[in-house]
Order: sequence, then structure tokens, then C-alpha cells
Amino acid sequence: MAYLQLRGIEKFFGEHRAIKGIDLTIEQGEFIVFVGPSGCGKSTLLRLIAGLESIDGGTLMLDGRDITDQPSSKRDLAMVFQSYALYPHMSVYENMSFALKLAKVDKQVIDEKVQNAARILNLTQYLQRTPKELSGGQRQRVAIGRAIVRAPKVFLFDEPLSNLDAALRGQTRVEIAKLHRDLGATTIYVTHDQVEAMTLADRVVVLRDGQIEQVGSPLELYDRPANQFVAQFIGTPQMNVVPYAQLPAPVQQLAPQAATGGAVGLRPECVAVRAGALAGQGGVASGQVELVEALGAETLIYVRTTQGAQVVARQSERTGLQAGDAVALDIAAEHAHWFDSAGRVVAPAVAAAA
Amino acid sequence: MTARRRSKFPLGLLALRTAVAWGVALLLVFPLAWLFLTAFKTELQAIAVPPLFVFTPTLENFHEVQERSDYLLYAKNSVITSVLSTLVGLMLAAPAAYAMAFFKGKHTKDILMWMLSTKMMPAVGALVPIYVLAQKSHLLDTQLALIIVFALSNLPIMVWMLYSHFKDIPHEILEAARMDGATLWQEVRLVLLPLGMGGLASTGLLCLVLSWNEAFWSLNLSAAKAGTLATLIASYSSPEGLFWAKLSAASLMAIAPIVVFGWFSQKQLVQGLTFGAVK
Repeated sequence: MAYLQLRGIEKFFGEHRAIKGIDLTIEQGEFIVFVGPSGCGKSTLLRLIAGLESIDGGTLMLDGRDITDQPSSKRDLAMVFQSYALYPHMSVYENMSFALKLAKVDKQVIDEKVQNAARILNLTQYLQRTPKELSGGQRQRVAIGRAIVRAPKVFLFDEPLSNLDAALRGQTRVEIAKLHRDLGATTIYVTHDQVEAMTLADRVVVLRDGQIEQVGSPLELYDRPANQFVAQFIGTPQMNVVPYAQLPAPVQQLAPQAATGGAVGLRPECVAVRAGALAGQGGVASGQVELVEALGAETLIYVRTTQGAQVVARQSERTGLQAGDAVALDIAAEHAHWFDSAGRVVAPAVAAAA
Repeated sequence: MTARRRSKFPLGLLALRTAVAWGVALLLVFPLAWLFLTAFKTELQAIAVPPLFVFTPTLENFHEVQERSDYLLYAKNSVITSVLSTLVGLMLAAPAAYAMAFFKGKHTKDILMWMLSTKMMPAVGALVPIYVLAQKSHLLDTQLALIIVFALSNLPIMVWMLYSHFKDIPHEILEAARMDGATLWQEVRLVLLPLGMGGLASTGLLCLVLSWNEAFWSLNLSAAKAGTLATLIASYSSPEGLFWAKLSAASLMAIAPIVVFGWFSQKQLVQGLTFGAVK
């Protein structure tokens, strides 16, 4: 039975239909990530679930209870904000115990829970400080601590890591994953960073323009995207999408009927680059190297084909190629995703990417 | 530091600047200082030409003012009307500012502008209707009438000041309180009020001073019973001739409490007057 269920959820801002009828079922204990470009409605959807914005259509059920019109304070959800939103006039201890105090929990129980959360989050020595005496990472942990002491039905995270620097972001990401493993709490996490989505989620919900594009496990989205948008949104560097018209003739012949006029998508690791011009030796396209990015563990080679398409190849071997070199491209046709002119997948890749 | 300044401003310019600053300061202080001196002179000394700078101070005027008109009654009226009107104003302005700052609607800006625009109208324009209203409801020359009028006339400024203070409070903090299970009242009492205390204090202080100094409405709506110190001063500038020394003494007694009060709350007041401008 569904734990949190969204049925036809709608939201209007004036005339603008920001959320266009979202249906989604979330099971207890799941880690769900909402991901999408800015303005896609992911934060709005989270705020609708939180009760911070009113729902204009549809129903929201939590644990068998209709909470569509309940105020936030009655929903039993906890939220971690992007800006932390700690109470600046309270100590860390008071911040973390605020919700329990409002719920009139026994003082001793509160103390136990706060101390326990502080231990998990390494905040024990900071309990008497005020938020402004803490670093960004510590504030973030207090915000998380404030949520976990309550043991709410669902944790909501609104881009919690985007104010942290890169190193801290990676570290906190790991901590959040570990926390979820330990607590097993149902979690909804909003981010625009697809790496966070891929590493944290049980299931990822890709949103665009107030609608769900696809829901699935991270690897499902990577291997079998439902459309060109998801295909290009998930994965760095982006999937190569070459319009049908810019394909060399031998590849065009491989295209299924419906993809004529559409495009082909290839993950960078499914493209191989060979030095030397194409000379009918199994290569499918020729081109010129535009840029080589040597990242150590992997090397990215940007190639402009003679048909004018830009293609990125990813390989784990290093390369002696330089910008301007003539190269031949090999593609593994079984890894190709074929899209029709509207961007829908008409023929998914036969094999998962290597 | 000084060396750097000097290189930025040539010595002459610096001297000029200092001179102008002193000039302006003296210009502002002179009437008050003259008032102070005159209050301790006899009526004859007060009108002496050339003006006297050295004289034997007397407390005669203060004594006479207290004799002729009951200073303490007026002072009490001033305290009661300004304090209560400020409290009433805050109670009305704070919820309004909260709604406008945190639940902004399409017309919030228009409403704010409209409220401010009522301050552009000369008060005398509303005198007749308000006088008639006060008369018909038998509130002429009562503290209640002054409290209501002071509170309402300060309301636009109070809402504006509180609005700009509240606007600086990140609304996520209030949302966090809501997520933590706080009811509206708990949210206001435990989060909004502590965070908005600075704004409430400076708004309250400013309005206290404005109400204390308010003369137009107290002169027109009150007399011997509910009159404030402003009416007391005015009663000494009678058509039969001016008694400069007594007028000065009365003025000094009227402004002394608020000057002392203002001195101690200077920091809050400045913060309130420059609201939103400096961060």
C-alpha cells in the first residue's frame, strides 16, 4: 500500500499552471529524488507536499490520511531548507528541540533525543552555540538534526547542499545517504544536480515544466530514458544527440522507420575515436578533434564530424590526439537510442551502456 | 588614516567642511539653547535689548507655570496618550505588516502606496469630519479621542517601518516553524516577535516621539481636561502678548522628558529612521 500518494496534483500561480497534474506513489522507506532544470516545478511540488503552498487540484494522501488541505503544522513532515532556516535567536540545542517542545514532549525525552541526534551528526560540542557561530556545514547538520529528532513521517530536503562548497557537498551527500540507510525514513529530496540524484535515490523523478517526464531507478533512467530530455538530462557529459540529417549514410540506414527525421542518442562511452581519416575500415564517420579534456582517469574527446555534428567520446585510455587531428569514429549501434521528431524514444538501446 | 584622508581631501576643503558642519550644528542648537537660557530669566531680562547672556538664573517661571496651569496634569495626558496610541498602533500595524511581508498578494504594493499617500494629505483637510465625529460620539477633550487619532495618523508610517523590518526576516525561518508544528500564534510569539524585536522597538520609539510632539490634533480636539503638553505651550502664546520667559519655561518642561528619553534610545531611533536604507 502506498505511503504517500499524489493524485492529479495541480498548482496555479495566477494564470500560470505551474504543476500540471502530478500522479506519484511513494512507498515507505523510499528515497525519492525530484530532479529537473530550474523552473521545472520541483521545489513547488515539494512545497505543496509540505503544505507551504496550497494545492489547487488533486489529492494528497499520507499513510491513509487525506492531508490535501491540512496546514503544515499538522502534516508531521520535516523539512530541510536550502538556506538552512535555523532560528537565529536560539541555540543549537533549542533549534533541535523546538518541534518536540511545541509537541509538549517530556523534557527528559527531548534531552535524550537531542543528545542522540547531536551524537549522530557530530554536533555534541556545539549544542550551546547559536547558528551564526557555526560554519555552513555545521549549520546544515543542525538543520538535518532538527528534522531527525522529530522522527517525522517523511523527510523533505529542498536543495540542501547547494550552499556548500564542492568538497563539503560530496561529504555531506555521503552522510545523508548513510543517515537514510540507518534511519530508513521515507525521504523526498529536491535537487538540480543529477549526480546527487543518481547517487542518493532509490527512484528518481525527472520533472520538466510542471510535468513528470520519467520515474525510475537511476540506472533505468541512464540505460532506458523515455525521451530525449531525460536522456540528455541524466549523465555527464551529456548524451550525444545527433539529428538524423547529420548522420552519415551508413548510420542512417540503421535507423528504424519512426526515427527518420528524428535523432540518435549515444552515450559518450559508446563512441570510439581512432586516429587517421576514415578509409572504409569499419568506421562510420570522420571528423576533426576540437578539444581534448584529459581528466586522468578518463579522457573526453570532442569531435566535429564532416556532417557538422559535435560528438563527445569518453575513454579510459589516455590519448595522443590533439585539437585539429583528423579522426574516424566508431559507434556501437546496439547502444544507440533512436528518437522520433518529437523527442520520444522509438527504439531503446538494445544493450546497456558499457 | 589621517594621512590617507589628507591626500584625499586637501587641507582647505577639510577645514571648510568642518566649518560648515559646525555652522549647521550651531544653527540647529541655537534656538534650543536660547530657549533654555530664557526659561531661567525674568520677563524683563527676557526682552532686554541687547540680549543678556550673563544673568542670575531664577526658577520663578517654572513655579508660575505650575501655579497657573497644572503641569503634571498635562504631562500625565501626554504620557498616557502617546504610550497608549503607540501600543494601539503597534497592535494594528504588526499584523498588517506581517501579512504584507510574508503573504504578499498582487495588490500589496498598491495598498502600501495608498496608505502612505494618506500622509500626503494635509491633516487640516480631515479636521472638520474628525471634529464632528468626536463631538457626536462625545469624545471631545478626552484622552480616548487623542489616542485613536494619534494611533491612526501614525499607522501608515508604522506599517511601512514594520513591513520593511519584517521583509528582512527570511520567510523560510517562519516556514520552518510551521513545519516544526507551530500554530500561527506560536509562530508569531516564538519566532517572529523575537526576530522582529529591533524593528518593533524602533517603530514604537519613533511613534512615541511623534505622538508626544503632535500638536495639531491635540490643540483642536482637546482643552483643559485631556490637553497634552503641546497645548500647554500653546496656551502661553496668547493674543494679549507674549510672556517669553514663561513660554520658554513651559516649553522646556514639555520637551524635557522626551529629550531625555530620546537621548537614551538614540541608537534605536536612528536605526528606525534609516529603516531599510543601511544594512
